[in-house]
Amino acid sequence: MADEVILLDKWVSPFGMRVRIALAEKGIKYEYRDEDLRNKGELLLKMNPVHKKIPVLIHNGKPVCESNIIVQYVDEVWHDKAPLLPSDPYLRAQARFWADFVDKKIYDTGRKLWTTKGDEQKSATEEFIGYLKTLEAELGDKPYYGGEKMNYVDVTMIPFYSWFHTYEASGNFSIESHCPKLMAWAKRCMQHESVSKTLPEPEKNYEFVLQMKKRLGIE
Amino acid sequence: MAEQVKVLGSWGSPFSKRVELALKLKCVNYECIEQDLANKSQLLLDYNPVHKKIPVLIHNGKPIVESLVILEYIDETWRHNSIFPHDPYEKAMARFWAKFIDEKCNEGVWKIMWCKEEERGKLVEEVLQHFGTLEGQLKDKKFFGGEEIGMVDIAANFIGYWLGLVQEAIGMELVTRDKFPVLCRWMDEFVGHSVVKPILPPRDELLAIFKARFNATAWEY
Repeated sequence: MADEVILLDKWVSPFGMRVRIALAEKGIKYEYRDEDLRNKGELLLKMNPVHKKIPVLIHNGKPVCESNIIVQYVDEVWHDKAPLLPSDPYLRAQARFWADFVDKKIYDTGRKLWTTKGDEQKSATEEFIGYLKTLEAELGDKPYYGGEKMNYVDVTMIPFYSWFHTYEASGNFSIESHCPKLMAWAKRCMQHESVSKTLPEPEKNYEFVLQMKKRLGIE
Repeated sequence: MAEQVKVLGSWGSPFSKRVELALKLKCVNYECIEQDLANKSQLLLDYNPVHKKIPVLIHNGKPIVESLVILEYIDETWRHNSIFPHDPYEKAMARFWAKFIDEKCNEGVWKIMWCKEEERGKLVEEVLQHFGTLEGQLKDKKFFGGEEIGMVDIAANFIGYWLGLVQEAIGMELVTRDKFPVLCRWMDEFVGHSVVKPILPPRDELLAIFKARFNATAWEY
């Protein structure tokens, strides 16, 4: 019986992008559904009653929620192609650590860059650059976090590249000037079709955020 | 070469005890090196330079940090007495609930402990909802893991033991037997479990620390 794979998502979500990249890397066919998050559909509410958020992967009718958990699930089910986690437990632990670091630090701090002003924004910008530098140091001279190939950490982090322009424009700083190696890594990842076809144009992302700010009454 | 397993931990930390519990369930011998969190050792800073936190598992000289990451490592390294389900879907569910416990239940209680009085009502309402959601996962199972303790039970250890002491220290009841009978039944099973019980930190000492900390910040309820 053929697998039925549905992804409930939102085009601009970096969390959704992680799942799309993982599915593309593994050549998995799926039905993509862009959700209206201001008017959440019945299926989304049924499949993720706890958090009511995207992304949700529905595999043969069964939902998996939380992007990093979905990516690991995809890696384990379709384990024969493009493995995203190494087989060695210690290396797997390192990959999980860094994916967890990205999850806990990048989105929330990045969000402060476009939702705050003045001293709060300045402080968030410094914090954000600090986290990027930590990630850049971990990359070192490797082409990818996975070494010669993209891995779980690359997939977790690269969606934020489409948000870099938004962060830079909001916080009035240049990521390239602080983290040139990280930018080089991002551009390298963008050479992969799984990434370039998933990430929206940075300008489109910025327009979306500006509209959201207007709607939320944030200057 | 004999295996060397060390845990940089703290006697009162639920995160530290998660790691110890997993090692005990797998009958892995380890050395616990108690850390002074007010005066962090060079060892801790060397082995966890990014977060500078405990617990740290050091296996044959190599460090693994973040308690849930450590649990995955332990299960993958010592494959007997599994604490994770084998089925990928069930494993995803276990990971989901462990994350929920950390981000919604534990974090929710933490926020209540330190919030302003005017915020308390809403935060309490939210966390009670989360406990209800979690309780719904137990149904008629003895543990979240089924007949035996699994990864979700280990992740819920704060709720199993520490929560009661926090409630006593701040004079506030969140999880009560009449409101959460199934969760309270699980808590009894958890703290009574033959592997869990011996490693739980002493009740009176822990309670004294919580009370002292809250009095110092002039908690008012």
